[in-house]
Amino acid sequence: MLPTLALEFPPISHAVEWPIIFGGEWLGVNKVVLLMWLSVIVVFTFFFIASRRQQLVPAGVQNVAESTVDFIRNGIILQTMGEEGLFYTPFLLMLFSFIFVCNIWEVIPIAQMPVNARIALPMFMALLVYVMYHVVGIRGQGLGGYLKSSLIPPGVPKAILPLLMFIELITLLITRPLSLCVRLFANMFAGHLLLITFAIISSTLFAVQWQIVILPFSGFLLIALTGFEVLVAFLQAFIFTILAAVYIGSSMHPEH
Amino acid sequence: MLSVLAQAAESTPDITPGLTAIGRGIVYGGAAIGPGIGIGLVVGNAITAMSRQPESAGMVRTTMFLGIAFTEALALFGFVLAFIISG
Repeated sequence: MLPTLALEFPPISHAVEWPIIFGGEWLGVNKVVLLMWLSVIVVFTFFFIASRRQQLVPAGVQNVAESTVDFIRNGIILQTMGEEGLFYTPFLLMLFSFIFVCNIWEVIPIAQMPVNARIALPMFMALLVYVMYHVVGIRGQGLGGYLKSSLIPPGVPKAILPLLMFIELITLLITRPLSLCVRLFANMFAGHLLLITFAIISSTLFAVQWQIVILPFSGFLLIALTGFEVLVAFLQAFIFTILAAVYIGSSMHPEH
Repeated sequence: MLSVLAQAAESTPDITPGLTAIGRGIVYGGAAIGPGIGIGLVVGNAITAMSRQPESAGMVRTTMFLGIAFTEALALFGFVLAFIISG
């Protein structure tokens, strides 16, 4: 019998809580905050370098930046908001790039911690989108018009209208921001736990007898899951951005 | 006889952590059933649509991800709830 069967998994709090490096108890800066700042710098530097010396035929960094903008513009905005939504291109582009860079720290060696695995950042971004689509809706259609167009679905029998209005109100005020926040957080948290689990299994097996690590359910699965997490990091950034675009778009023009 | 029973009752180990673990398993397992079926339906129908009309694949793919995102949220609520449960 292998001694690895008595494998110890650390408590969940050890996986995502980091000691404070400097600062007090309330404004303490730990590894997650440092990574968040680093992501801001990375995104800013990337777009700054890309736009500094623009050429007609893009090359290098400018090429990557232009295809990102093209992806946001043609893949997200024109599909969900139409021509009028192009005003929101900078906002959605920043949202996408920032979330993606925050997520990708999950698989980068030494960092190994997705910033969005703590709920603070997803919650703040969900609140930003929440305030934004209400403001866009109220400014565009007026308070009454906005409530009417978002609470009363067209072509519904009068009898079930009160029930539907109640459901739509709950959706508009609670479910949308909550699910936007929890989706990003829970996906990154689950991915982080998954990688931790397989890393612990692999390292324990390696310590016992190094040849075992090539068994399919330890080392290979860890490598495969790392690749899968890159996909998840991209997909969650994409889904957050496209949902923000759908919410803002739906409060821009009333449903037909 | 009674004293033996009382002694056994006193030495009963604390079963709260075990019950918590079972509860977590049930919460997440239950929450994953519906979204599992739902995502299967969404993706299956999206593949049917894409193979019938390959030229509309881009639009179908975007809508498919939207549908997956909405369906998946329920499973993720269960996932978070399972961690919130404490003994």
